[in-house]
Amino acid sequence: MNSFFRVAWHVMKKDLTVEVRSLEILSTTLFFAVTVVLMFSFGLVVDGRPLNDVAAAILWVAIAFSGTLALGRTFERERQNDTLRALLLAPGDRPAIYVGKLAGILLLLGLVEIVLVPLIGLLFAAPIITHAVPLALLVIFGTLGFCAVGTLFAAMLVRARSRDVLLPIMLYPMTVPVMIAGVRGTAALFQPVAEPAVAQFWLSLLLAFDVVFVVLALWTFEPVMTD
Amino acid sequence: MSELRRLIVTDVARHYGRRKALSHVSFTCDAGDIVGLLGPNGAGKSTLLNILATLVAPSRGSVHYGDRCASDGGAGIRGLIGMLGHDLFLYPELTARENLSFFAHLYGLSDVAATVTAALAQAGLSDRADDFVSSFSRGMRQRVALERALLHGPRLILLDEPFTGLDQASTAALVARLQERQKAGCLIVLATHDLDVAEGLLTRAIYLKEGRMVGTDTDSRGLLDRYRKAIQ
Repeated sequence: MNSFFRVAWHVMKKDLTVEVRSLEILSTTLFFAVTVVLMFSFGLVVDGRPLNDVAAAILWVAIAFSGTLALGRTFERERQNDTLRALLLAPGDRPAIYVGKLAGILLLLGLVEIVLVPLIGLLFAAPIITHAVPLALLVIFGTLGFCAVGTLFAAMLVRARSRDVLLPIMLYPMTVPVMIAGVRGTAALFQPVAEPAVAQFWLSLLLAFDVVFVVLALWTFEPVMTD
Repeated sequence: MSELRRLIVTDVARHYGRRKALSHVSFTCDAGDIVGLLGPNGAGKSTLLNILATLVAPSRGSVHYGDRCASDGGAGIRGLIGMLGHDLFLYPELTARENLSFFAHLYGLSDVAATVTAALAQAGLSDRADDFVSSFSRGMRQRVALERALLHGPRLILLDEPFTGLDQASTAALVARLQERQKAGCLIVLATHDLDVAEGLLTRAIYLKEGRMVGTDTDSRGLLDRYRKAIQ
């Protein structure tokens, strides 16, 4: 296996092994995401009818907030025993560490979304089955864009004292385009008469954001991590 | 990988904004040396170790690893370095074997299972190999951490306060392991406050105070007196 992907694979595998044993990130993010959706459903669904477009917005709010929680925790583990320094000392390409961490977070958030999306469909009467493929692509590419930036920022802030405060402050403004594209694309699918062309447009935009964010993160990870 | 015979530190400084963590530090050491960085808290010992480990870039000056400079060595130089920090760089949720296997894979070692088994035997932890590191005592963790740092056969070994929290037996075992690596031609740099252990172990002492190098000597006997004199 190419050394870059070998390092990324083992970093991801290690993160998932630790998570399977502790279930710390999965349980907190899942609980948080489900709570957000439930609370909104109590407030915004009247007589079984949700307000227009709220399902899409709530889906992405839940993804963003639970994603922030997961990003913070995954790097907190590396900080507690200073293992991030050991990772950075390894002779492989340092961006491979970024890719491994990103892949681990994506998998964990993917599991949360597997619960989250059907819950949104159920509580907000959203047509998630009818548009399963474009919806899945929107969620996958949106999560990738959000986590691509978030993983870089969480790594940057790992030694900062106010990292829990700084992460959302830095992350949310940067990922506004991803969130807007995610919400508008999902809303286009959830309309009474779906607009697949509009969803396709936002999906293409998300894909472009992802490419830019991932390339920038790979490019800047090493200089950012070398103090 | 094995050609690192000399480490040359030339006028290294590291500034964090207006604070000078390290200024005008220069020294040279050769394979087989055990160099002690001695000084009170805040003297710049850990900063210097991080610079030698290529984890922190110096604000000024240069570090040469043989004929290669940190700025152009990258992954090649990192492969020559093994570091044991004060925090042990281990995952408490993984077993000793899993920790070592993870780092062996990261270092691209060929026969991971055999290497890890040998490292566990060297640490005297073969019977606890599949126990979680979180259940280990400080001394046992330190032994795993040292083997983690030595897994890939580094030529430059950096240790930050390696004797802290160890009992006499663990300290003696660590000293023996370092001397064995010294005989194998490794270059060892360690930061320590434990002058009793350092006495007789070091081939060179470098005294640091407030980020400045205030003295150096190659006789580690009577270290405490000379340390006091240099640091005063």
